[in-house]
Amino acid sequence: MRFDDYDTGAFYDELFEAPGQPRPCARILMERIHSLPETEIRSRQAAAEMALLQMGITFNVYGAEAGTERIFPFDIIPRIIPGHEWEQVEQGLRQRIKALNLFIDDIYHDQKILKDGVIPREKVLAADSYRKACQGVNPPKGIWCHITGTDLVRDLEGKFYVLEDNLRCPSGVSYVLANRQVLKRTFPLVFPKANIRAVVDYPSHLLQTLKHLAPNNHPAPTVVVWTPGIYNSAYFEHAYLAQQMGVDLVEGPDLVVDGGYVCMRTTKGLERVDVIYRRVDDDFMDPRVFRPDSLLGVPGLFEVYQAGRVALANAPGTGIADDKVIYAYVPRIISYYLGEEMILPNVQTYLCDEPEDQAYVLEHLDELVVKAANESGGYGMLIGPHSTKEQQADFAERIKAAPRNYIAQPTLSLSRAPVIVDNGFEGRHVDLRPYILYGEDIYVMPGGLTRVALKKGSLVVNSSQGGGSKDTWVLAQ
Amino acid sequence: MLSRVANSMYWMSRYIERAENIARSMEVNSHMVLDMPGEELKEWGPLVTIMGDHKVFLERYENASQENVIQFLAFDRSNPNSIISAVSAARENARIIRPSIPTELWECINALYLYVTRKAVSQQVFASPHEFCQVVKSSSHTFLGIMEATMTHGEAWHFFRLGRTLERADQTTRLLDVKYFILLPTVDYVGTPIDDIQWAAVLRSASAFEMYRQHYGVIQPDQVVEFLLLDRDFPRAVLYCLNRAEESLRAISGTHEGMFHSLPEQRLGQLRSEFMYMRVEEIISAGLHEFLDNTQYRLNVVGQAIFDRFFSLHPNG
Repeated sequence: MRFDDYDTGAFYDELFEAPGQPRPCARILMERIHSLPETEIRSRQAAAEMALLQMGITFNVYGAEAGTERIFPFDIIPRIIPGHEWEQVEQGLRQRIKALNLFIDDIYHDQKILKDGVIPREKVLAADSYRKACQGVNPPKGIWCHITGTDLVRDLEGKFYVLEDNLRCPSGVSYVLANRQVLKRTFPLVFPKANIRAVVDYPSHLLQTLKHLAPNNHPAPTVVVWTPGIYNSAYFEHAYLAQQMGVDLVEGPDLVVDGGYVCMRTTKGLERVDVIYRRVDDDFMDPRVFRPDSLLGVPGLFEVYQAGRVALANAPGTGIADDKVIYAYVPRIISYYLGEEMILPNVQTYLCDEPEDQAYVLEHLDELVVKAANESGGYGMLIGPHSTKEQQADFAERIKAAPRNYIAQPTLSLSRAPVIVDNGFEGRHVDLRPYILYGEDIYVMPGGLTRVALKKGSLVVNSSQGGGSKDTWVLAQ
Repeated sequence: MLSRVANSMYWMSRYIERAENIARSMEVNSHMVLDMPGEELKEWGPLVTIMGDHKVFLERYENASQENVIQFLAFDRSNPNSIISAVSAARENARIIRPSIPTELWECINALYLYVTRKAVSQQVFASPHEFCQVVKSSSHTFLGIMEATMTHGEAWHFFRLGRTLERADQTTRLLDVKYFILLPTVDYVGTPIDDIQWAAVLRSASAFEMYRQHYGVIQPDQVVEFLLLDRDFPRAVLYCLNRAEESLRAISGTHEGMFHSLPEQRLGQLRSEFMYMRVEEIISAGLHEFLDNTQYRLNVVGQAIFDRFFSLHPNG
């Protein structure tokens, strides 16, 4: 199967410099693919999908009948990033996470950044994701965002931008690990030659990060992963990470506060829990402090946390730093706390609660991407060039009614990578979500989740909206 | 270990065992009817009676034809004791405890689930259930092998074995009971070649035919009953199962042999010692069916006591 007719279009292509001309990082792979007959490539694609199904790597579809499962679509052609480009990304991510962590700590303590007028006070305090209950809390070791997934995109020139920060419960890392496992079987002869950096040790790094948080520097803390349950769309991931770390996977009803500690119900009675990697949103953790109607939560949990007798990762309240309005201030946040220039740039962002920006946005709805400030997963979004007049009018109304809730960005010309389609290879838009762990030091996973918009021309890569994924190879220098 | 995890470990194990038993009975029956002279003996009805709920069956199906019974026992999701229901429930439980079990075990159950759901929409099983039953059985054996060979034989494994042995004891009493239902309308056949074929079928449904032959030789009803209920070494015999269940229960709670500290230990101990000191003549003279019925009831009591003691979020007992 060959790339001879592959059309790179008017985009930055991840694997090709120009039609017929693979980038240096992709040459070994291309030689291999060109040496295989089409039937062989297709049967490897089918085998990879079958492997994912057999492994049960599926997600639940919201809104469909309970328990409806699908595999996350997967394309066997990897996305490849050369080592020197990655180094820059890695530095940028370290810088960003460090600054955001200082920002969150400041917001829940002295609010110096607000007092100094760098960010208008009301933009922070009026955010949906601001948690008053976290004011004055000191999380273990001063770390708030232990696990982050930052969404990156490339523009026409191939320059990386940060599109979105995810500092609450970012998901997807298990797909990175599973995709790699499958791809090693798909291209066993390419791996030894291509010098691809390993991702398999992520669970070990994660476990270390979590253990680092143990109250009173407990040498052998009990760590658990907290899942909302088997019907959650990311259940596979929760189970997988717990399994790979060798820790218990708990649900709300397993946990109880007893004698000032969080405990889990075991066959031998209650057992103390020291560190909780929670994959449950802030709102649902403790009905006494957050949403009182939460059935998933553990009454009294927050009080134990405040007293420093249990660690939560990520800390409650981190959502304030991935609010899309705050995003626009990240360049200023980095220079305020670190005195540095931002290494990985932001995408230009219009804030609808600024009168000038709002006027511009309303006039250019057909060109811009409008996003709800506090949504994720590709929900609550308007993609101007692909929208109807009615949808634009609807968003204009929504923006005027609640300007703080919306931001807008130019529609980016996202980079593309080839995927297998019925008649050969075609380019599809991709993004990249690397995962960053903040423990004793900051660890950036080499690569991350490459999501691909499988619908022709589509810019939406979310799995809930027809997106798939690819393995991501970061090459050693 | 987490109570919820222990609960799922126990049920995952029970459901796989159940699926295997349904498959074996279906397979044996499909072979047996071919050996029976005359239409009136080509019976599928008794299978429904022992494996499921006859009333539920009659509400949904016109008659006990081979196709209807296979549909009901293999693929009917509204029948909680069908293969598809048992395998789905096993998989659901396996999903819950996925972090606590070997990856291969999950993949084995998942593959079985995908296979059964695929077969549920194909028509070919009805004419010849043989291959289908084989796959279900051998998946169950693979499942057991993975468990034995790759899982630490600690608390979780003991919950697993507890579930399996209690389910198996229950299923073996049901297999014996099928003979009672077949015999009921046709006492005339006792001691005839047909009787021989039927008792051999009972043994085969418990995978006990070869082992029985080695032990006793001639097929005699009282010896079949003795073998399947009271043998101490045959792994599908009820007494064997009760002995292993009790070992696991004691391993979980740390109680010494001959003592009890909780309701499940007491109830299981009582049932087991009755079996240990029972003679087959007493069982038969008091009525086999009544005995089996009573055993099933008491196994339920043990199951309930286990739930209350270990799995309930508000433990007691």
